[in-house]
Amino acid sequence: MNLNFLDFEQPIAELEAKIEELRYMGSDNDLNMHDEITRLQDKSRELTESIFSKLTAAQIAQLARHPQRPYTMDYIDKIFTDFEPLHGDRAFADDKAIIGGPARLDDQPVMLIGHQKGRDTKEKIANNFGMPRPEGYRKALRLMEMAERFQMPILTFIDTPGAYPGVDAEERGQSEAIAKNLQVMSQLKTPIICTVIGEGGSGGALAIGVGDRVNMFQYSTYSVISPEGCASILWKSAEKAPEAAEALGLTAHRLQELKLIEDIIPEPLGGAHRDPEQMADNFAGSLRETLQQLQQLSLSDLLEQRYQRFMAFGV
Amino acid sequence: MSWFEKLIPSRIRTDAKGHRAVPEGLWHKCPMCQTVLYQAELERHQQVCPKCSHHMRISARRRLERFLDEDNQVELDAELEPQDRLKFKDSKKYKDRIQVAQKKTHEKDAMISMSGSIFDVKVIACAFEFKYMGGSMGMVVGEKFVRAANRALAERVPLICFAASGGARMQEALFSLMQMARTSAVLGKLKEQGVPFVSVLTDPTMGGVSASFAMLGDVNVAEPKALIGFAGPRVIEQTVRETLPEGFQRSEFLLEHGTVDLIIDRREMRARLATLLAMLTGQDSPKTEPDQGLLSSPETESSS
Repeated sequence: MNLNFLDFEQPIAELEAKIEELRYMGSDNDLNMHDEITRLQDKSRELTESIFSKLTAAQIAQLARHPQRPYTMDYIDKIFTDFEPLHGDRAFADDKAIIGGPARLDDQPVMLIGHQKGRDTKEKIANNFGMPRPEGYRKALRLMEMAERFQMPILTFIDTPGAYPGVDAEERGQSEAIAKNLQVMSQLKTPIICTVIGEGGSGGALAIGVGDRVNMFQYSTYSVISPEGCASILWKSAEKAPEAAEALGLTAHRLQELKLIEDIIPEPLGGAHRDPEQMADNFAGSLRETLQQLQQLSLSDLLEQRYQRFMAFGV
Repeated sequence: MSWFEKLIPSRIRTDAKGHRAVPEGLWHKCPMCQTVLYQAELERHQQVCPKCSHHMRISARRRLERFLDEDNQVELDAELEPQDRLKFKDSKKYKDRIQVAQKKTHEKDAMISMSGSIFDVKVIACAFEFKYMGGSMGMVVGEKFVRAANRALAERVPLICFAASGGARMQEALFSLMQMARTSAVLGKLKEQGVPFVSVLTDPTMGGVSASFAMLGDVNVAEPKALIGFAGPRVIEQTVRETLPEGFQRSEFLLEHGTVDLIIDRREMRARLATLLAMLTGQDSPKTEPDQGLLSSPETESSS
């Protein structure tokens, strides 16, 4: 089994292995395998298209958490210039699960804030797998208030399993830190664009997710609880996670149908990790367009629309 | 029939079935100090054990009826009913769960709200019904809170909310998560306008409710020994793989860590919140009276 591929992608993995093999043979002896390779590549693309055209919610949840999926920092590197990461909540510590700081999108100064999971084991542990503690949310808040003072639009990148459930986090007021962000973000006098780039885990995601637009990558998820958590509570068995994923309707398409999010940012065939450059291009395009729309609004219209956007999720 | 009963001559045998020496529900055992309490006495103490002051859970309706002055209570937005927007189904249908909860609690959803006063200080108050699906917050709960807040804003009277909730309602999925944003946003308006919000955290206040409006009070009050936190103790235990310290996530723990302002006994709540809110709204100090002398135990009363 090829670990670069998820279980439902195994037929693609087999084809890709065959292509690799032919390439190897082709370079070894002078046989021209070119036609055969092209034929198999076409087949592989068709197969991928067919598999990806009918993904289940559970499969999309797997893609959203794919170990090779690009993280916030990857997009910052590819899309922005002059990024200066700022650290700490000025009170307790610097939480690496949330990164942020000013940067430029083309010429426009913006404030970037995002969850950062870790790539290798060491980084994963340092970043607590992208699960922020209160100081992370308070750092985000500090940067957002700074952005307001200097009239910089705020772009947030959501990619977290959730806020960290730990003793220290509770001691320092995890609930209060999240709640405060929700309230302040609803009133910040600057445009806010929130994008779910991977995993949108509940309150831990929402704490940097109150904005004028909430967009999602095609294979990202956004949910009130993880499918596993939901399954173990409501079905009393974590094995029912696929059913829970379906019932929770956590995919971009379903949430757009329900008018809970605005745009879906398309991913390259096979998911963002198959072509991070392409993904970054798609993302940058969406950010430019959305930012331009928001900057045409007067401040009072912007704030009123943001307020009404959330008030609309009522009875 | 047991061997002993067989020994008793049939003419003096009594049939135990259908007879109970004590009617059901007349007595209640305090789960903390094990004292057997007379139900009417417990009622008078608003479900607080008169012996050990253990705060038992109380229904939302009963709480507000006892909290507000008797003469001008008006229930708000009582008509709001839950909707199953997602046709959610787990091991049971959400629709069926709603029916069961409604039957059990005689409430339409997990929150009720009322306008009224406490010692003539006008307030809007809402309370969670924990027995209704664990007091979980879905769209109706969020809506009632937002409407209560808007009303407080329009009338410029303080808002009080008694939270008792396991968190967001899973069956309403992301719609319930969005209630965290809505309820927090509307409190932003109260803050702007200088309309006070007092959040009373009661046992238990967890998850999405604690991580939104419940922590955003101008004053955060807790009832004694209430469980209050973001993640549930079991989840934390599984994450950190150690047993949690005694008293972790209880009101006293939160007070010590600076998350809540005050811990107030339920029987004192009316008087102390009235006094506090009168100060925040520039009214004369209300003439409060201790709630029927409930706080001093019968023994001390007789000795004094």
